Amino acid sequence: MGLADFVAVLLFVGVIAYSLFGGADFGCGFWDLTAGDAERGAHLRHQIDKSIGPVWEANHVWLVYILVFLWTAFPEPFAAIMTALFVPWLLVGLGIVLRGGAFAFRKFSTSFGEARMHGIMFASSSVITPFFLGMIAGAVASGRIPADGDGDLWTSWTGPTSWIGGALAVLTTTFLAGTFLAADARRGGNETLAIEMGRKALVAGAITGAVAIGAAVTIELDAPTLASGLHGRGLPLIIISAVAGAASMWRLWRGDFARARIGAVIAVAAIVIGWGVGQYDWILVDEVTITDGIGARSTQVGLVIVFGLAAVTAVPALIWLYVLVNSDRWSKDEPATV
Amino acid sequence: MLIALDNLMAARYQMALSLGFHIVLACFGVALPALIYVLHRRGIKHGDADALVLAKKWAKVSAVLFAVGAVSGTILSFEMGLLWPGLMSKYGDVIGLPFALEGIAFFTEAVFIAIYLYGWGRLSPRVHLNTLIPIMISGAFGTFCIISVNAWMNAPAGFDLDANGDVVNVRPLEAMFNSAVLGQSVHMFVAAYMVAGFLVAAVYAIGLLKGRDDHRHRLGFAVAMAFAGTAAVMQPFVGHLTGARLAEEQPSKLAAMELSLETETRAPLLIGGILVDDEVRFGVKLPLLGSLVATNSLDGQVPGLDDIPPDERPPANVVHLAFQTMVGAGTVMAAVSVWYWWRKRRRDDPLSPWLLRSVVACGGLAVLALQAGWVTTEVGRQPWIVYRVMRVDEAVTTNNGIWISLTVIVVVYSSMAYLATRVIRGMARRWRESDDIDIPTPYGPSEALAPAGGGVPDEERRG
Repeated sequence: MGLADFVAVLLFVGVIAYSLFGGADFGCGFWDLTAGDAERGAHLRHQIDKSIGPVWEANHVWLVYILVFLWTAFPEPFAAIMTALFVPWLLVGLGIVLRGGAFAFRKFSTSFGEARMHGIMFASSSVITPFFLGMIAGAVASGRIPADGDGDLWTSWTGPTSWIGGALAVLTTTFLAGTFLAADARRGGNETLAIEMGRKALVAGAITGAVAIGAAVTIELDAPTLASGLHGRGLPLIIISAVAGAASMWRLWRGDFARARIGAVIAVAAIVIGWGVGQYDWILVDEVTITDGIGARSTQVGLVIVFGLAAVTAVPALIWLYVLVNSDRWSKDEPATV
Repeated sequence: MLIALDNLMAARYQMALSLGFHIVLACFGVALPALIYVLHRRGIKHGDADALVLAKKWAKVSAVLFAVGAVSGTILSFEMGLLWPGLMSKYGDVIGLPFALEGIAFFTEAVFIAIYLYGWGRLSPRVHLNTLIPIMISGAFGTFCIISVNAWMNAPAGFDLDANGDVVNVRPLEAMFNSAVLGQSVHMFVAAYMVAGFLVAAVYAIGLLKGRDDHRHRLGFAVAMAFAGTAAVMQPFVGHLTGARLAEEQPSKLAAMELSLETETRAPLLIGGILVDDEVRFGVKLPLLGSLVATNSLDGQVPGLDDIPPDERPPANVVHLAFQTMVGAGTVMAAVSVWYWWRKRRRDDPLSPWLLRSVVACGGLAVLALQAGWVTTEVGRQPWIVYRVMRVDEAVTTNNGIWISLTVIVVVYSSMAYLATRVIRGMARRWRESDDIDIPTPYGPSEALAPAGGGVPDEERRG
């Protein structure tokens, strides 16, 4: 593996991390949106607050990581992606802004009406944003981004692979979040909510699986380069994803919500890794390879060093945060005291 | 009118608006943790219950500010690519590493602000207090990194251009540690403390002026002013040192700042003045001070716009006005700070109504100076996006209709600013109405809400 490939892997680590951490975060939005009216939805919305309140900001730094890595390591492909996919990126950016703002405003709002307005904004942007991110991924994976970025402003990201990418992004994030909410609810002592979420997550998982099969067909027809990669190197990952997804759903069925998360995480991670492996060694499928798109060598070395620094500073901090948030002391509903 | 904007102007305005919005929030991200630390520490070490209450309240406010700051910053990283792909495709690998390092700062800040906010009563008091320290360090480090990119745009370094104009021999460390970064980053760091400090002090000054004269208000005011006042008296010197490189390295920017037409030694300093039809009108010229301020020497040469090729001149009136607004505001803030310190030494009660009103004004002046300073340096760098290397029009996106994204940003950011203000004022109002710091969420289940003494009535919650 050359240095350029290694840097591409480091970039992709960010994509995987965002799919998981940001994904579980985004997915809560769907559940918030469909939680029901004020009374029925109160417990679930409160749980969502508890689950993602402390971690949402950290979860979304991975997106900045991805963009920064991309423009530092692959400056020209980055510019091409941003130029051709101006519209979906703008929508993703807006979604991020509205979502973060609404989430914070909701928590401190004065009246129920105010909270509901922010809540609807938070929840809907949490669904729309991953959808457009999925469409962007589909555009790249189906070879619709020309090397010079001079792709059509609309058709570059509205091909079949983009639509299926968007749908899968929403479904996988919803499923992932469902398993985490079920486990969090149980750990927080709300067994009724836990069982309700377990049921919902199971349904989400089933739908995701069905759509994933449809995705396979779409990719065969619309993204042949990716498809051939998935037949070969990517096949083990597809299988792992299917098996893990099924295992997760089985655990949900059995009420083992804590362990159901494991299968869900592996399933989502495996699909994302499969995408990367499937389109290797293209950075812009059918247009620019990793070796052609990579930037200065000194910068590549620099990125590896920065990644190393992050591994010893940011990563332990993140681990501490997740350990704390998942601890019993932090999961109980005691109001915070001075 | 927006429809008439060509793409380049729309892109510039969009970037300026996004940056101008984010930078205010970034000041809070950098400086507020330090203010909170002082109060929280005082609360623990000296048993000052009021200090602890202030720390908790300011922490809750910072939760809102950090959220809006984080997302508005994310949009900026998008806009680097959406608006300026010409810059990023050519120089992304030259200036990318400070961005990457800043990413580490973002992770660290996000983690520790979460642990701090959610850790009350769940961590040992000392550990809890000390989670503020990584935030402060990341804030300083992050400031250096991100300003390093802007500094590089003013003082490009760390690469060569071959015969075809392609970038070769990239030296990232040299790019990051360019000749402008130290001055610019310290100047911004100090500015952050002025903005956050004076705005917080202004809030408590208003309370004091309205008769809410209690230990909490005085303490909040004192802590905020300690930081703001120190920063305000340092800043003129820091600013002066930051500008020292301009005469040699960015003559067009300095010429615009000073509205200097002819290159001259023993140059006068022009206060005010507008350039109309190649003639400076309405200003007051103070002899010799121009050279002194720009070069620390009477015989130093202040460059003139006449020596800059016409297509390389920045919009001089904008730059000059912005620069002098910044210096004027900064001078007032320094003077108010000195006045405050003087009163503290000489009087039992330093807080006279006029001093308080002046501090309230300084809250606005700090933001004004911040924006004016950024306008000075950004517009002063025009028409270059990378000084004397790449022009802004070479960097801008080829996509049309940027006025649309500009309009969307205007609408979204205006509503965010309005909503954030409304939410924070709502928090302040509820704190005034009840002694309870915990603010119940109006959409959660009733059993899970905070204890009695404050909160939202059931009808309002269900309604």
